Amino acid sequence: MAKIKFKLNGELKEIDTDPSRRLLDVLRDDFNLTGPKEGCGEGECGACAVLMNQEIVNSCSVPLANVLDKEIVTIEGFSKTKRYEVIKDAFAKAGGVQCGFCTPGMIIATESLLNKNLNPTDFEIKIGLSGNLCRCTGYNLIIEAVKIASKTGEGLW
Amino acid sequence: MKDISIPINKVDNEDKCSGKAMYVADYKIEGMLYAFTVRSSIAKGEILKIEYPVLPEGYFIVDHRDVPGKNIVKVIYDDMPVFTSGKITYLYEPISLIVGPKKEVLNDLLKQVKISYQEEEPAFDWTDSVVHYHFDKGDGLNAFRGLDRIEYNYETSYQEQAYIETQGFIGYPEEDKVTLVGSIQCPYYVKNAVIQALGAAEDKVRIIQATVGGAFGGKEEFPSLIGCQLAVAISKIKKPIQLIYEREEDMLVTTKRHPSRVNFVGYIKNNRIYGLKAVVGIDGGANIGLSGVVLSRALIACTGAYSIEHLDISGDVFRTNTVPNGAFRGFGAPQMFFAVEMFFEHVAKRLKLDSLKFKLNHLARQNDFTSTMGIFRDPVLMPEMVEKVIKESDYIKKRKDYEDSSFKGIGMSLFFHGCGFTGSGEQNHIKAKVKLKKDQDKVYILIAAVDMGQGVKTSFRKLVAHILDIDIERVIFDNPDTDFVPDSGPTVASRTMMIVGGIVARAAKEVKERFNEETFTVFKQYEQPEYIKYDEASFKGDAYPAYSWGVNVVEVEVDKDTYQVNIKKTWSVYDIGKAIDERIVMGQADGGLAQGLAYGYLEVMNHKRGKIMQKNMTDYIIPTAMDMCPMETYLFENPYAYGPYGAKGVGELSLIGGAPAVAMAIEQAIKKKVFKIPVTPEYIMELINNGEN
Ligand code: FES
Ligand code: FES
Repeated sequence: MAKIKFKLNGELKEIDTDPSRRLLDVLRDDFNLTGPKEGCGEGECGACAVLMNQEIVNSCSVPLANVLDKEIVTIEGFSKTKRYEVIKDAFAKAGGVQCGFCTPGMIIATESLLNKNLNPTDFEIKIGLSGNLCRCTGYNLIIEAVKIASKTGEGLW
Repeated sequence: MKDISIPINKVDNEDKCSGKAMYVADYKIEGMLYAFTVRSSIAKGEILKIEYPVLPEGYFIVDHRDVPGKNIVKVIYDDMPVFTSGKITYLYEPISLIVGPKKEVLNDLLKQVKISYQEEEPAFDWTDSVVHYHFDKGDGLNAFRGLDRIEYNYETSYQEQAYIETQGFIGYPEEDKVTLVGSIQCPYYVKNAVIQALGAAEDKVRIIQATVGGAFGGKEEFPSLIGCQLAVAISKIKKPIQLIYEREEDMLVTTKRHPSRVNFVGYIKNNRIYGLKAVVGIDGGANIGLSGVVLSRALIACTGAYSIEHLDISGDVFRTNTVPNGAFRGFGAPQMFFAVEMFFEHVAKRLKLDSLKFKLNHLARQNDFTSTMGIFRDPVLMPEMVEKVIKESDYIKKRKDYEDSSFKGIGMSLFFHGCGFTGSGEQNHIKAKVKLKKDQDKVYILIAAVDMGQGVKTSFRKLVAHILDIDIERVIFDNPDTDFVPDSGPTVASRTMMIVGGIVARAAKEVKERFNEETFTVFKQYEQPEYIKYDEASFKGDAYPAYSWGVNVVEVEVDKDTYQVNIKKTWSVYDIGKAIDERIVMGQADGGLAQGLAYGYLEVMNHKRGKIMQKNMTDYIIPTAMDMCPMETYLFENPYAYGPYGAKGVGELSLIGGAPAVAMAIEQAIKKKVFKIPVTPEYIMELINNGEN
């Protein structure tokens, strides 16, 4: 057991638990944040993606110990922002949401990409999404959504 | 009024984007236990003895002795036990559940279970035929005498659905009632299976659909198995329990697309395939389950999109000691269309004819007989569709250019999908029922159709709102709950919009007529178009009420050193009758084609002595964003009289043509004939070294 302090969706949290636990489990079980999903449990699918100090990470592959003093933002936190609104509308417009299981992770990946590069090329978008699997859409409509967000999100990033 | 095809935003975007949508793993119930599955470690034999560790307080074992009703999972063919009573027929066959409050403890207990077996030699070759079908058309074999023959063999391997959300349920007891919430396609399949396993009355079992994170057929019949297991555990332990698979378990034990082998002999007269003999085999795995129905869909598609006068067609389901295979988008058609498209290509090459012209010469036309002597009743727009795809892709010129250049190729597949259940399934087995309820200013859609990403919630609300000419917000459609919705049938077979939507549209018209009444319910049942007559035993008659059609063109480059395939671009044209929402249809078009292409060149799954060798998403490669190329899609309208606004099936069609189109493109790129999928770099190397030109 160890006390781990970190910022979660803007609030300071402290939790006393086994530091080897996966961040994904802590988010889902201890904080009831079920937006991050478990698709594979081994860092392959990106369904569990969250932002750690603004960088995308797969929360299933992050032991809680690594989160000490970091800032974590899940889809629940991100969905309160203006950037989220832009990305969400872009996903709706492009038709980038089917079963939705990959969607929170895809949106986190989009934020992480646009945060670094507001005008990504097709190739850069593909690289940005390449850690997130989607079995439903064939990706093109998600790529389209990222393009729309990058156009309509002028000034937000 | 606005054209119904004009897209609207999907009604579930908001919840799915924000992470609020509730998938099965997101439900938590006070005091919920977890269930882990004890499995066999051999592929065939008899259990001699099981030694369980001493269970701590609050932990339970649930096995076949706890099944109060029949220890058989009710599917189309009933031969799968809920828990084996001793006989082992495949590796990792479920034996029992260990249930308790702590996952770590359960994991530990699982490792301590000791099972001894009387092992037997498992069967992996395809010799034990458990279903055999045969039919002919025209003069059958007699027509073939004295004609030149051309023979080829084709093979396809496993494909895994790879939905990103794994299989699972949670469930809880309420007095003597069991409720399950699950990631499922077919609430009533699960309900009827659980009723049989528990020997319970109908009102003692309730099934609710959670948001489904992808299914593709994988959540058609498999959930009935684990639903029964969980229901048995709940009725024994009387506590809420969660049974959710981790990825590895899901990959190793759930149903997959049937591997297939097809032997074709074409009999040639006047440069046409005058007669065709096909011998088809599929690997059913350890149980028959849906395999017979998969085989019949494959056999009926044996002539592809073409007309052939004389047929002699036979097929077998082989039982092997491997994981049972089952439903996967396309349901036997992707295997057959790969084989038949390649065969037409190869016969044309042998006859030194242009393969596109050869195919167009054989194309089925309106009023032609189908392979089962049914009739293609509606207009067939394929010639125009082919013309369109040629124009957009510049197919003719590229096809010619790539003849002289190496490692570049372009391929075209022509295909259809029979919409709805095969044969008299709708009329005799499903008998779909729907209800629409008007209450004050709201209208409720009460059906068992599941939105698994394909957009049913949006398209059905849109359909009803459009007919009633009211705002979509006034039309309510919740996830199906068998306590409230009638059995409108399973969410399978590209039947949902065409069949269920057709009934809903009829009901909506009645609601419209009575719209000034405050509160009432309209009940409607499926009515089979009168012309549909089909005899299952002889394979004679109209196997499907309608057909959706498609053309795919795929352009590839093959790396000359690594033999990696790079898909440059695809062009597709589909006739799906009428799109109820164009954007949703485009999503189905892209997603289906991505799966179909990957089936053709990328996704490798195999077993070694009954053990699936790809146990996670690292071993089993599905496309990432990096693998995708631009896809152009065009829709042709061709309304079907009994579909709502003319709609036919969409979901499966878009998967079917991908594999043959990419295989033909690779064939042109490497100038060697392709006989099996996936066309991996290893297979390409083998062909380049030893293949047929
Ligand atoms: S669940 Fe974390 S990457 Fe798949
Ligand atoms: S929308 Fe289903 S996995 Fe992406």
